[in-house]
Amino acid sequence: MSTENAPQSMYRSREGLGVWEHRGKVAAVGIGHGPTSRRWDGKPDTSLGAISLIALRRAIEDAGVDPGDIDGLVMDEKTTTGAFWPRGQELPWDVINAYNTTDAPLDGITQLSAEWILKNMPELAGNRFTMYGPGCMSNAIVVAAQAIGDGLAHTCLVLKAWHNLPGRYYQTGANADDAIPGTAALRSVWGAPACYGTAIQFAEYCRKYGKNHDMMAPFISNSRRNGLRFPEGYWAQHRPEEITTEDYKAARWIAKPANLFDNDIPIMCSAAYLFTTAERARHMKQKPVYILGHASSRGQARSFIPTLDEVEAECAESGRKLLEAAGITVDDVSFENLYDGFPQFHQFHMEGIRYRGIQPGEALDFYQTDISITGPNPVSPSGGNIGSGRSRFWMHTDCIQQIQHRAGERQVTGVEPVIGVSGGPMPTGGNFTCWSATPDY
Amino acid sequence: MKQGVNPDDLTRPFWEAANEERLVIQNCTACDRLQHPPAETCSKCGSGAALEWKQMSGRGRIYHYGVVHDCPIRLLQEDQPFNCAVINLDEDPGIQMYSHLPGTPVDEVPVGAAVELVFDTAANGQKVPEWRVVTDN
Ligand SMILES: [Zn+2]
Repeated sequence: MSTENAPQSMYRSREGLGVWEHRGKVAAVGIGHGPTSRRWDGKPDTSLGAISLIALRRAIEDAGVDPGDIDGLVMDEKTTTGAFWPRGQELPWDVINAYNTTDAPLDGITQLSAEWILKNMPELAGNRFTMYGPGCMSNAIVVAAQAIGDGLAHTCLVLKAWHNLPGRYYQTGANADDAIPGTAALRSVWGAPACYGTAIQFAEYCRKYGKNHDMMAPFISNSRRNGLRFPEGYWAQHRPEEITTEDYKAARWIAKPANLFDNDIPIMCSAAYLFTTAERARHMKQKPVYILGHASSRGQARSFIPTLDEVEAECAESGRKLLEAAGITVDDVSFENLYDGFPQFHQFHMEGIRYRGIQPGEALDFYQTDISITGPNPVSPSGGNIGSGRSRFWMHTDCIQQIQHRAGERQVTGVEPVIGVSGGPMPTGGNFTCWSATPDY
Repeated sequence: MKQGVNPDDLTRPFWEAANEERLVIQNCTACDRLQHPPAETCSKCGSGAALEWKQMSGRGRIYHYGVVHDCPIRLLQEDQPFNCAVINLDEDPGIQMYSHLPGTPVDEVPVGAAVELVFDTAANGQKVPEWRVVTDN
């Protein structure tokens, strides 16, 4: 069975589409996470495939579903943005052959196909639908939600996994070469790190609105504090370190004005959710969390780096589209878990949707107020990537768990968690979901 | 030092012009619109046939800048920290180019200042467009 990327028609990327036609008819009913690690240690039982099988099986068990009843799998085949198998390095045949294989030798190690998953989960014999939502969990979620609404599957696993290899992220491959192809060179010959584009937007934001880098400290501290209450997260599992204001201000620069803590840490991790129809969800183990709507941003920068103007316009449009799809206003949103990797664009997402009424230029002042999980205005209660490492999925897990009142030590107490929003990654290219405690809010 | 550049089909006119110390940018004659980075077709009208390479005046302004302290490109790591600015071309401020701003001290970048085209040489001898702050009227 070959698996295709979801067609663009499954993404709601235009304004004016109205309320999502499947509003409240799709629900999340199961969550599973694999263990995290900083980098792969080369063993079969810690491989990308291994931790993904753990995540999937945990999601199935969490939902209390018979695996034979699962008929769909939506995931992302790519599992890194910057950790590539070194050219010429011998393939790890002992690990490859520890599993059922596909035609791609590194499947299950530095990439992950639906075929590999199905070959190694014989209990999913009832699967009849696979699709890729390429990019990150935010893509896979909206594709899976749309697929269930459209009747392509009724009980669907949603998976996103990330591998990481020994050595520094982004420093292998073409970046280590003496020369590079001309097209890539137009960008990379100047050596801008991954966070550079966001740092430029942030710098312009600070200039335009009279803000400064230090004003990010409460957001960073809050994010890590929340992440340390995320038992599935990297920092909670391996390095329970808070980030104080002093730590933040003293951190080394990566691309000033972005410092070390304005970047997330690349890790190995995997998460799976189980989605189903609202009808079926009623008979499952966990309280269903309903999807009211989804929206996607497909903004195109005119040139290399989206300007602040382009970012602000796109984020405002994304916010309008998501609220329109969900059939709510922003006043209905109990908490936000919009993306934070890089944290210097979290405010763009938040201002775009006008969370708590904040307008462009106001988010950094908002960060100086109570944004904790115990206050009336929780910001990123998941802690996001800053709180738990680069997964791009903590925000979604947290939305589901908050609404189920299963967020443990992260549970918001200053608001009743009825409606949550999550999504990303980039301000000019992301996918957003609105989650609800009830199907007919 | 900048990584060497191996011009490919799409960018060969850009890099060949750079070796002659000229800056050319892709232009759609149907839309009368510049685009950079270049592409096989115009991002506005979709035409490939209407695309040409147009010479620029070599004037621009600094949109903003960052200071790179931790660069992923091996050959540039010995130059850290260095300025990395975004330049908007005078012909069309929507068109951006990167610059190390030779001659400007690290982190002393005048945002919004006028810049003029100069050229640097990459590791394999390819000339690369660069920008210098205009200090003299
Ligand atoms: Zn055109």
